Amino acid sequence: MGILLGGLYAVIALGLSLVFGVVREINIAHGDLVILGSYFGYVAMTAIGIDPILSLIGGIPLLFGLGFIIQKYLLNRAFRISLDATLIIAFGISIILQNTYQLIWTPFPQGLTTSYALESFTFGPVRFPLTYLLNFVVALLVMFFLREFLKRTYLGRAIRAAAQDRKAAHLMGIDTDQVYAYTFAIAAAFAAIAGIFLGLTFPFTPISGMAYLIIALGVVVLGGLGSILGTFIGGIAFGLAQTLGGYFLGVAAQMLVAYIMVLVVLAVIPRGIFGR
Amino acid sequence: MSEETLLKVSHIDAFHGSFQALWDVSLAVKAGEIVAIIGANGSGKSTLLDTISGLVHPAKGSIEFGGRDISALESFQIVNLGIAQVPEGRRVFPDLTVLENLIIGSYNRQARSVRGQNLGRVYQLFPVLEQRKTQLAKTLSGGEQQMLALGRGLMSNPKIILLDEMSLGLAPLVVNELYRVLREIRERGITILFVEQNVRRSLIEADRAYIMEAGRIVLSGSAAELREEERVKKAYFGA
Repeated sequence: MGILLGGLYAVIALGLSLVFGVVREINIAHGDLVILGSYFGYVAMTAIGIDPILSLIGGIPLLFGLGFIIQKYLLNRAFRISLDATLIIAFGISIILQNTYQLIWTPFPQGLTTSYALESFTFGPVRFPLTYLLNFVVALLVMFFLREFLKRTYLGRAIRAAAQDRKAAHLMGIDTDQVYAYTFAIAAAFAAIAGIFLGLTFPFTPISGMAYLIIALGVVVLGGLGSILGTFIGGIAFGLAQTLGGYFLGVAAQMLVAYIMVLVVLAVIPRGIFGR
Repeated sequence: MSEETLLKVSHIDAFHGSFQALWDVSLAVKAGEIVAIIGANGSGKSTLLDTISGLVHPAKGSIEFGGRDISALESFQIVNLGIAQVPEGRRVFPDLTVLENLIIGSYNRQARSVRGQNLGRVYQLFPVLEQRKTQLAKTLSGGEQQMLALGRGLMSNPKIILLDEMSLGLAPLVVNELYRVLREIRERGITILFVEQNVRRSLIEADRAYIMEAGRIVLSGSAAELREEERVKKAYFGA
């Protein structure tokens, strides 16, 4: 169960890891972008009556575009001042998003309650919610897509090149500002996907983003910076620690166990399991 | 050799923060030439190449390429016009394979359509790169990395290639091989502007040379003239 839950954490953390690895920014607003994805699914479902997963046809381009604009017109400019400036801008975006959600959708928890969200299946002695399996499959698909994209396209290679050596990337004719904008846009599109599957699994509120940001940071620390496989393994390790902690020590201690694991990994292998 | 001026740098000043690295620097390179910029460490050679490449913008003066003022353009636009720089320290992308490094070289628009053709040429010039195409660049030796850096520059389909300290830290045999390839590249009509600390070698390989000291060009002329110049002999050959 923890392994399957880890799939969701991996998808949530993937966008954070990508931006961190390529642009070197810690996108404090990543969790709030995920929640924006959840609310998009919520609106599509309640107002138009579209299935949340199907609504990604609109949600992915919307967040892709928003992410592109945030990086290109806000963060790239802040980046020229300092890396700290990008942190503060992202924090500001986070607060703006949270307050906007409260104004529009009230502070009360919402969920993406679909017919299949409550289904479950039995495997051996345990019953699993169907959404957990869905999360895991989606995590695999998204990671596979990202890996192939980074490997096979000009833009993907340019993203990796810009992450490894900014000056050399410039000399290859790469417009790094543009590449960073696309990187952030892709991360935001992943947030759209994560938001839908998060909403199918758990209820969310306007301020849930912060909690998931912190989980995602834990996952990225566990897995190592800028590694897709690392983010996946990190997500699973985090999900496992949380579930096992909850099982043996009680629900109140489950996050404690996960974060103690993050601390131990930081102390023993500061670069993370798959860090470079 | 064509008499057409390909690259013309006129009276540029350039800064690193508040430090002035270039003072009223002018130079011209004709199409098809091999030109050397010679000088000690910190004399401004690399800054000059970076200014031509658009990584540093000149505070004063102009840079023309093929008759067009490029001093305000960004580096990615300049690469697209046909100016490639092979930077000091090679700076290959360590965690990309040899082939991926070469493909990234053809990132700019005018190079993509001739990628296959240029890749064939690079492999012909450096067969070792084809043998090692699936290896990560960081696993190559220093000499092989320099070949990759040069090959990557050629993949951008340049009219002129700017080379920064190509032979630094490499074995003499490898350096000979690289210069042999440079002559071959020139035969194919690509103009070469290179920066070197090895004065003797530069004045053998280049048609003409500029000598820089403390951010200024202090002497220029044909390589043959400079070899006989008293000041050069005194300063660099210890004669």
